[in-house]
Parts: sequence; C-alpha cells; structure tokens
Amino acid sequence: MRNFSYVQARSRAEAVELAGLPDTMVLAGGTELLNWMRIGIAEPARVLDITRIQGMEGVEALPQGGVRIGALTKLNDAAQHPLIRENYPVLSQAILKSASAQIRNLATVGGNPLQRVRCPYFRADEPTPCNKRVPGSGCAALHGMNEKHAIFGWTDACVAVHPADPPVALAALDAVYITEGGGGRRIPARSFNVLPGEDPSTHSVLRRGEIITAIEIGPAARRSAYLKIRERESYEYATVSAAVALDLDGDMINRARIALGSVAMRPWRLDATEHALVGKRLGSSDIATSIDISFREARPLSSNAYKIKLARNAALRAIELAARAS
Amino acid sequence: MSEQRPGLSRRELMRGGAVAVAGAASLVSSQSTEAAPTGGERFEALTRVHIEINGIAHQLEVEPRVSLLDLLRERLQLTGTKKGCNRGECGACTVHMDDRRVNACLVLAAAADGRRIKTIEGLAGEGGLHPVQQAFIDHDAFQCGFCTCGQIMSAIGCIAEGHTGSNDEIREWMSGNICRCSAYPQIAAAVAAAAKETL
Repeated sequence: MRNFSYVQARSRAEAVELAGLPDTMVLAGGTELLNWMRIGIAEPARVLDITRIQGMEGVEALPQGGVRIGALTKLNDAAQHPLIRENYPVLSQAILKSASAQIRNLATVGGNPLQRVRCPYFRADEPTPCNKRVPGSGCAALHGMNEKHAIFGWTDACVAVHPADPPVALAALDAVYITEGGGGRRIPARSFNVLPGEDPSTHSVLRRGEIITAIEIGPAARRSAYLKIRERESYEYATVSAAVALDLDGDMINRARIALGSVAMRPWRLDATEHALVGKRLGSSDIATSIDISFREARPLSSNAYKIKLARNAALRAIELAARAS
Repeated sequence: MSEQRPGLSRRELMRGGAVAVAGAASLVSSQSTEAAPTGGERFEALTRVHIEINGIAHQLEVEPRVSLLDLLRERLQLTGTKKGCNRGECGACTVHMDDRRVNACLVLAAAADGRRIKTIEGLAGEGGLHPVQQAFIDHDAFQCGFCTCGQIMSAIGCIAEGHTGSNDEIREWMSGNICRCSAYPQIAAAVAAAAKETL
C-alpha cells in the first residue's frame, strides 16, 4: 500500500474544508477504503478520518415524521435500533443481510452507498480493461465473466452492478442522503449512483469535498421486506435482491414501492410496475402481470439471462413478504 | 515500509525525514501553533497513537498505512491474531475494539487511537482459560487451528450481543469467520455451550 498522510477531522466544517484538498480521501468505517488502497484502486496522498466528529452518529425520530440516521452510525446499530427495526423492516433486513457481524461493527450507513462495484475486472490485481478503473480502457466484462452483472441500464462501456444492499431498501423508501460541502444537497437514494449511460467511469454523484452527514427517511413503512438471493445463505453479495414497501387497504394495494438490487449500476425502481399495481389485489394474477411490465426493458448479457427470471420472481416473492409483515 | 512515493508534498517528505531524527514530539507541538492556510499541513506523515491493548497502555508512532493487524503482529509480537486474507473476508484477524468485534485488517492503527483493544492473548486469566476457549477445546471445534483465535474472539462478541438463540442464529452471526477445515458444527456447538455457561 502506498503511504499517505493522515489526520482526524475535529468538526464537520473542518472535514468539508480538508476533504476538498487534492488527492484526499475520506475514511469512515474503512472497510472499503483499506482494500482499495491495497489493490491499487485508490492511492490517495492524504486520508481524512471523519470518525471522531461529534453528532454524526445515531438514529432520531424527525418531528414531522420519519427518521434521521447519522452518517457515522454503524450498520449493526442502525439495523437493530427500535425505530428502524419496527418502522422500516426492509432496511433493517437489508443491513443485517450485508457483510458480516464484524464488518457491520465498522461500516457506516453513510459510507455504505459509496461502495464500488465488485466486478472481478474492476477489482483485479493485474490491469484488465475496465472503464471504472481506467476510464477509456474498455469493459472486459461485456464479453467476459458477466454472470452476476447487469440486466438493466447497462451500456457497452460498463455492465457492472452496484453491490450494496442497504441502498436498495433506502431507494424503495424514497430516502434522501443529506450532504455538506459545496452548499450541501439532498440527494435521493434512488439516483445517488450513476448509470453508465451518464458516465461509465463514475460510481456516484458525490463531489470532491462533499460529505454525506445523514440519511433521512419518510413515514414508517411497516409493511415492507427485503429478499436477498445469493449463492450461499450468509456473508455473500446478492445475485439479485428486492426491496418492497406496501400501503394496503385490506388486500388492495394503494401504493407499492419496489427496488431491485444487483441488477443495475444503481438500485432499480420498478416505476411502471408500481403505477400498474395501484388498485390491484394481493394474490391475484395482476401482480405478476404488473411486474412483467418493468421487465420488458431487461436485457441479458452473454451469461446472465437467468437473472431476469430470478429478479422477476424475487420481486413477486418480496411483495408477498411485505404484505405479510406487520 | 520506509519508501517515499511521489504525491506526498515536499513538506511532508521533509517532515517524515525529520521525525526519524528528532522524534515526533516536536512535530505534534508545532502543529497546533502553526498557521494552516490550506489545511494540508494538518495531515501527518507519522502518527502518534495511544492504544490500550489487553489492559496495557501503548504509545506508538506509526505510518498511517499500518493496519491494526500489522501493528499487533509486527510491532507488538501479538501473533495470536492471524492474518488470513487481509481483506476482511475471512475473520481470522477478529479482535475486540471498545468491546465490539471487528476485523483488525480493516482498521488503520492510526484510527484506533484512543481505543481499547482485546486480542486472544488477553483472554485467559489467573483462573485459567476463558470459558469460550475451554468450550472450543471441549467440543473439538477446530482442526488446523488457524482460524480458531478469530473464531473465539468472534464467538465472545456473538454471545455478548445475544445472538445465540438457535443453531441457525449462531451460524448466521458467526458467518464472518471462515473455517476451511469446515469445523462449523463443532464451532456452533462450542458457542452454544459457552453461551449457556456465561449468560
């Protein structure tokens, strides 16, 4: 690992100021950054540790309803907080199905969406064509190992998927990432990551010197669930996942929010399906028909056609799970 | 480890060299009084850390890139904490930081400043082995033994967190510790037995 200089920020203002320096990267949980520096994905000259800043950790109810999670809240603490466990089961489940107990004791909710793709070409020790690793170098996965890659929103320049689970739940919940630096923004979780059609070399819309300070979620979504399909039962990235939040009137759907994970470079909301599901009855064939509408735009790569059916069925099952949640 | 790469400022290079001769005390004191127009001066090429490890206070100077795992093994010769994958994937380096189980390979030693660390070497007391250590022996919960120190540190965390309600729950909350000999049934049995004894 290339050496770097290091400092602990004492305040948010100082963090924003120092994070804007050239060749500087921000350290929170460190569970990604340390590995990037080992592999050579990132070689910053400076590392800015923001973990000692006061007031950026914890979960609090918002006066107008909803909840605010401090960006430095550890994944395990967020998932097991009563406000999250009871009001947003989809988020609690998505977090607890992420990584391992040890990693969740380090990793933070604010750092989690900043994970980078797990594409083997992006993470390779030896250089291989990858537009996210070396912009303009091409995409080795397009005709290479792409079993776990995208079925929505990919281009010839990048076919990777965003691997994180919690952002899929956050996208389904219409959560917002609150940032400071450069004026500060409220960035919807569903559009935080960048599709390759916009820029294949980028992971997120976060700018240099901009730091996520909190995540805000709207009213409680108790009828919600997260379904994660993977090749082993625990401590594995999703092959596909589905986050669903329902508003029901008896067995009739007033509103459904559905986001799929590990199918695109960002959590993939099924807007057309959500629209079609309004007024439909649980258990009817209308549910599957409505899901199929959004899958008309699914496109397989050379080795991942199975993911289209898997994701479609995961969405169907996640709706049933959410309907049974209380 | 002492190699200097381009990208560090000339100032940082000089500071790194000066510290080797003069020690870091003057560096630390000069930091607070110095004007920092750009902020870059606040970053240190060598960091002084205070870490309590197994009840003993340590004061050390480290390069920022040194992981807590390498600090334990290479500087302090606490080699019970194992380096398996060095990527947070295997759990062999599990230690407790402020009483919570973490992968020591994913923590910078600099970022552990002010924290309390417990390693496998800090478990056994005058009364003998820790109950979880004894349970691993009683249940034959290892073959080659390389993952065992991490398994035991993780198991103590798992028990303290209350995630031992069933075999499935133990397996889920112990999944961050890989055992390539696949002694998982015995490990889960040891965790369950130790949980009964310690709770």
